[in-house]
Amino acid sequence: MDLSLIIMQLLSGIALGAVLVITALGLTIVFGMLGVVNFAHGALFMIGAYAGLYLASLTGSFWWGLLLAPILIGVFGMLIEFVLIRRLYGRSIDDPLLLTFGLSYILVEGVRIVFGSDGIPFPTPPQLIGVLDLGIGFFPRYRLFVIVLVAVVLLVLWLTLEKTRVGLIVRAGARDPTIMQVLGVDIGRVWLAIFGLGVGLAALGGVLAGPMRSVNPEMGSLVLAEAFVVTVIGGLGSIVGAVVAGLMVGISISMVALFAPEMATIVMFALMAVVLLIRPQGLFGVRGRTA
Amino acid sequence: MPKAGSTSRIPRRTALAGLSAGAALLAMPRLGRAADETIRIGFPTPLTGPFAAEARDQVKCAELAVKLVNDKGGIGGRKVELLVRDDKLNAGEAATRTLELIEKDKVHAVVGALSSAVQLAVNEVTRARGVIYVSISQSDTINEAKDFSKYTFHEALNPHMTTAAVARQTLKKGMKVAHLVADYAYGHEMLRGFKRAQAAIGADSVGEILHPFGAADYSTFMPRLMSMRPDVLCISNFGRDQANAIKQAVDFGVKQQMKIVVPVILHNQRLAVGPDVFEGVVGGANYYWGLETQSKSAASFNAAFKAANGGAIPTDYGAYGYSGVGSLLAAMQAAGGTDTDKVIDALEKLQYDLTKGPQHYRKCDHQSVQSVLVLESKKKSAMAGDNDLFAILANDNGSDDMLRSCSELGHAT
Repeated sequence: MDLSLIIMQLLSGIALGAVLVITALGLTIVFGMLGVVNFAHGALFMIGAYAGLYLASLTGSFWWGLLLAPILIGVFGMLIEFVLIRRLYGRSIDDPLLLTFGLSYILVEGVRIVFGSDGIPFPTPPQLIGVLDLGIGFFPRYRLFVIVLVAVVLLVLWLTLEKTRVGLIVRAGARDPTIMQVLGVDIGRVWLAIFGLGVGLAALGGVLAGPMRSVNPEMGSLVLAEAFVVTVIGGLGSIVGAVVAGLMVGISISMVALFAPEMATIVMFALMAVVLLIRPQGLFGVRGRTA
Repeated sequence: MPKAGSTSRIPRRTALAGLSAGAALLAMPRLGRAADETIRIGFPTPLTGPFAAEARDQVKCAELAVKLVNDKGGIGGRKVELLVRDDKLNAGEAATRTLELIEKDKVHAVVGALSSAVQLAVNEVTRARGVIYVSISQSDTINEAKDFSKYTFHEALNPHMTTAAVARQTLKKGMKVAHLVADYAYGHEMLRGFKRAQAAIGADSVGEILHPFGAADYSTFMPRLMSMRPDVLCISNFGRDQANAIKQAVDFGVKQQMKIVVPVILHNQRLAVGPDVFEGVVGGANYYWGLETQSKSAASFNAAFKAANGGAIPTDYGAYGYSGVGSLLAAMQAAGGTDTDKVIDALEKLQYDLTKGPQHYRKCDHQSVQSVLVLESKKKSAMAGDNDLFAILANDNGSDDMLRSCSELGHAT
């Protein structure tokens, strides 16, 4: 087994991890800040892919789909928060969980009715078709693009949360909403924005996954399970955790695929079990947090 | 979970009385019903999940077969009814639904199941209950002596037939072949078929990778497949797995290095990922609508399907629904009713041509002897229309030679 193969495999794992990171991030932000376990996250990922595809065919360019779909679906997410989720704050964690679970069914069935249950082709943008010669092997351009784009999104998100006033309000709001309200911050608007951001990230994940996987109504259910695993490994609500765990899962799957391909899917759950045994709160989770 | 004993108990006497009354009811002869009783065909198929597209086509075609018979006045004056159940691509679910169809709905026969693993579960149930089952899922084991029963019929092609036909078209002596295989019955059987065919031709395996069933991402298998440097990559999986695996293989530039071959090339998956991705991929098939230029029965099947479905064309797996139900109904017609032994006898003697040319069920194992198509996916510029997906590379006429022999399958000959 030569070194170049291992490097190519590592790169595949990072690209796989990048999609996991972006999807798990939305899930973990919404949970961390709002205490809502969003079971509709996978369905919104799928809706994002369909929206991206639809907008891309409408405008004739993948790039408009990539830009507009997350924004549009993010706004749709805000609508969900405003109409449905908002009423359940302060109640037990099960209520929003059940609500979003039901919502996911409605979304999936809705897409089935409008677009049918068959998959729809989502062509790779022409600029990113084909492979790039890395000197040691060939790697799909599109997957390299996904790695770079996710890195940029992460950087922007981190800078916003750490270095801006908005970020300060968001972080403070997550820690003590009552004090924030006393200080005159409209915490309801913060939560609205957070939920919108989380959903927008799910949609971005969906648009990015579109050209790699077939686009179909069920594509979200598998992703939801993966995103939960990543979130649990990283620690519920931890952004750093989602990034580290997402990459860890992607690379583990890839490396195991090299030596024992039939174990590739199981490794993710094995990893989760090990982490839960050693650090029940996840790698970057806060002990005793119940939300 | 409720604690033991916490549930309310029905007094034993009441229960006994109820049970015996029920038993008496069941034992009573069903007077006066037989004459105008509808004939019910159970049809379990995975309406939800990754094979849903193929399953829905099967239902449409099965309904067409039933409709055509009913339009002609049914069988001996009795109308036929199709009872479709979602097996959810799950063996346990399929067994439960099948049992329900038999016990509760009193079906006269069962046709269906799309997944090879699920059909074996259906076969277990129908075999135990003595109900005829016409399987329309690719399988190499259902005809083998250990799974077979006199009630079991296999209308679909089997992996041995498709892999042999595809290999004949694509492999040459000394070629290097790599395999990407779904890790369940279908994949294993296809791999076995390809290896047998490639051994006969003199091509060599350079490696095989088993992937989990229903995987969304295949990228992690690609670097290793490419490092094997094969001439041909055989991808043995089904439904959406096929679409995703081929798409991602193409993304990694696999087609520049090797030819992609699949045991069964799927109409719906070709539509789902588009012509550019599938261009040049070769695979076997039981049916393709384009056969209508060569076959009269294909032309009339296409026409009937179009008329019933707003101008849509039938697909490969859809055609199984039509020929599976159609052959069963033809046998019932010949047997003059639903008497199981008479219908079995009629099925064994049946010569039918419903979609593509002559077919019959081989006596020893009830495998349908039929033609096998080998198709190549057309490139976009060569397509005459949206439905013009494949070029027919070969149409091997059905013969016993393309099947494993009865003694090889463990049947007394």
